[in-house]
Amino acid sequence: MEAALHLRDELGFDFLSDISPTDYHGWGAKGVSGYIGTPSGRDIHRPSTSGLQQLPAPKPSRFSVSYHLLRIADDPARVRLQVWADDGEPVPSVVSVWPTADWHEREAYDLMGIRIEGHPNLTRILMDDDWEGHPLRKDYPIGGEPVRFSGEE
Amino acid sequence: MAVAPERPRIYEGTRIPSPIPSVLLPPPHLRDTDDILTVNFGPNHPSTHGVLRLVVDLDGEEVVGVRAVIGYLHTGFEKSMEQKSWWKAITYAPRMDYVSFQYNELVFVLAIEKLLGIEVPPRATWMRMLLAELNRIHSHLVWLGTAGLELGAISMFWYCFRERDRILDLFEMVAGTRMHTRYFQAGGLAEDVPPGFWDECAKFVEIMPKAIDDYEGLVDRSEIWLERTKGLGLLSREDAIALGQSGPVLRASGVQWDVRRAESYLAYDQVDFRVPVYSNGDVYDRYRVRMEEMRESVKIVDQALRRMPDGPWIADDRKVVLPPREELHTSMESLIHHFKIVTEGYRVPEGEVYVAVESPRGELGCYAVSDGGPRPWRVKFRAPSFVALEATATCVADSLVADMIAILGSLDTVMGECDR
Repeated sequence: MEAALHLRDELGFDFLSDISPTDYHGWGAKGVSGYIGTPSGRDIHRPSTSGLQQLPAPKPSRFSVSYHLLRIADDPARVRLQVWADDGEPVPSVVSVWPTADWHEREAYDLMGIRIEGHPNLTRILMDDDWEGHPLRKDYPIGGEPVRFSGEE
Repeated sequence: MAVAPERPRIYEGTRIPSPIPSVLLPPPHLRDTDDILTVNFGPNHPSTHGVLRLVVDLDGEEVVGVRAVIGYLHTGFEKSMEQKSWWKAITYAPRMDYVSFQYNELVFVLAIEKLLGIEVPPRATWMRMLLAELNRIHSHLVWLGTAGLELGAISMFWYCFRERDRILDLFEMVAGTRMHTRYFQAGGLAEDVPPGFWDECAKFVEIMPKAIDDYEGLVDRSEIWLERTKGLGLLSREDAIALGQSGPVLRASGVQWDVRRAESYLAYDQVDFRVPVYSNGDVYDRYRVRMEEMRESVKIVDQALRRMPDGPWIADDRKVVLPPREELHTSMESLIHHFKIVTEGYRVPEGEVYVAVESPRGELGCYAVSDGGPRPWRVKFRAPSFVALEATATCVADSLVADMIAILGSLDTVMGECDR
């Protein structure tokens, strides 16, 4: 929260582009095989760059919430503010800092189950109001929607 | 942790409702009377551009409270994309915003390329820019046609869709499909451009400015149009920034901001174009911004046609790009690569990126996380329509119920993208 205020008032990041929550449940559990590359460049013709085992770097908590900020000025800049939280751990709301966060935070709560603290209207936004679970979580069953009506009834 | 102050600084002097920025509540002296009528607009109202539901409190004809309810078109694209390999997930992206499909595709492909660190040949870059600008014209035409229709200008719809069809014909020539082209691959384009395309596109560039003159001739001096657009749906510069508005809505509020200009991607730094900015922040200015953007897009398409570089249309990285078809019969390595890419998909190095492009609706962003495997770990789109609808409460405040439709139209939202 203080970081958010500092970014807005001192550094001029007055535009919040997006809030992206990510669930890292099971991160690296599958193991990853394949070539090791970096975004800056890689030599795919080197023999050892293919077929090596590499696990992704561990993450501090299960959930991350990324705030993509932008400075609309003559010297534009982008910053990503990342907050880490475990399941059920509250994340402070930034609606009072950037009003546009309203729906983004509701979406984060709805789809990822992030507990946003201090939000004026934290209800589901995309799913039904009586929906159970948070669909974008990694442990949410796929194709597991219960059958509401059947022919026998 | 610090608790947010009751009414923080950013709300001062703005029209943003408090405490919930996206919900307009009726004033207290009206709340207790019986005069307020609550009307449910949607989700299947033809004037709401899709399945948007608005719960509106009316005092006579005046809107005193409004709440937008979305989610009726939620299809779980982001979850589905996590189940597919990177290159199959490209197919999902254009289906979100079905009016400016190329942009969703573009931003996702750019995100993959940023993670991969792959070099895109200039011909592919310029061709992407050309198609994206055609798509911008297409999107604005759909907007102008439907927004005109809502305000009673029925002929506008037919004129706009006449030119729109020509653009779709061009897409069909290039990609084989009229919408949801899936023509952008990680590393370049799916195929080279067919030779007949250039002539057809040049013809289009010739007729389009005249067509825009026609549209302006139809509505620009029409009393009804001016009456129903000027001074409505006001959004000040501070409101627009605080509410995260982008694209034409932001530029109509007097903010000189265009991702193409400020953080140039593709080849936008090599072409000559103007960013139209208006300062009143009403429906009419949003219309003006879009009209001028169409003219600028035609100019960009024209420049891209003249300066289209020759050379390969896709990168030569066999770990990512499918090998040429003819090589499969002669080369074992090509066959293996083809098999690996088609069945397992290419692997994308671990990392997270946020890429933003200027779509017809505003800043379209893609946040992608990779764990180093063949599937995306997380894909999140920053949908400009989603953000635009947050401004409904601010824009619609104190307007008449008939003007609400014009204001909603001017925000130009596509529900498929909003609900994803």
